[in-house]
Amino acid sequence: MAELIAKAALDGQGPVTRAGLVLSVLPPAPVWSIAPFPGEDLTPALAALGLDFPAPGRSNRAGDLRLIWTGRDQAFLLGGRPPEGLAAAVTDQSGAWAGFSLSGIGGEAALARLVTPDLRLAAFPVGHVVRTGLNHIPAIILREGETEFHIRVFRSMARSAWAELVEVLEHLAARAAAVQGGASAPARTG
Amino acid sequence: MRLTCPLCGPRDRREFTYYGAEEYLHRPGPDAAPDLSQGGAWDNYLHLRDNPAGPTRDLWYHDQGCAAWLLVSRNTLTHDITGVELVAARKGARDEA
Ligand SMILES: [Zn+2]
Repeated sequence: MAELIAKAALDGQGPVTRAGLVLSVLPPAPVWSIAPFPGEDLTPALAALGLDFPAPGRSNRAGDLRLIWTGRDQAFLLGGRPPEGLAAAVTDQSGAWAGFSLSGIGGEAALARLVTPDLRLAAFPVGHVVRTGLNHIPAIILREGETEFHIRVFRSMARSAWAELVEVLEHLAARAAAVQGGASAPARTG
Repeated sequence: MRLTCPLCGPRDRREFTYYGAEEYLHRPGPDAAPDLSQGGAWDNYLHLRDNPAGPTRDLWYHDQGCAAWLLVSRNTLTHDITGVELVAARKGARDEA
């Protein structure tokens, strides 16, 4: 078999810093889809790893492993291989997804320009996950920390998603610069 | 317009794709006559629809969310959404699909 070169999505793309936010590409890491067969309970098998099958919109972690809800009767295991023999449809999707980190104060305000669900901390605490559209791009968004989001999109849409996010950061930076520079609002009459 | 997905919570209508009437859950059985003659089970299943002024039920797909099929009850006169349930959670769902 030919020697294939593993290349990250947006290979060589450095972080972009604007408006106090840092957008960067997550390093390639294992992504496995786990969809339990109907009526099967994975609790004992996952408990051996310190994990639990997540409720909708939730995730849990154990060491480097993280199990995030991604759809009806489906979760993604991040950071490692699932055990053999799970009573589930298990597929390696590592090469199919691109991940970004958006960190800094006000990440939710940036995402609010692209995403309809409320991602503020009170409504979307650390460890919660949402599957929604990033503008028109299907995305899985995880609140990694109080000031960090992880955004995953189909790898084929990585460049578009990156462009959408960078554009939002540029708009926020332009607005901040305008406010700081004392640009006055249009004069009001009446 | 918003639909409250049983899994994802309230979401914008743009996250969903409309499929069609609830009738699509009631596919004719294997004993139904395999022709499309007028008024037959397959003709009804594929083509004949009511056009209710009032409560109606139809299928939506949450494609930008959890990828679940939903049965939505709504009112065509008031635009009220009165219920959203998972097709997969319905009794005998696996026979309906
Ligand atoms: Zn949903």
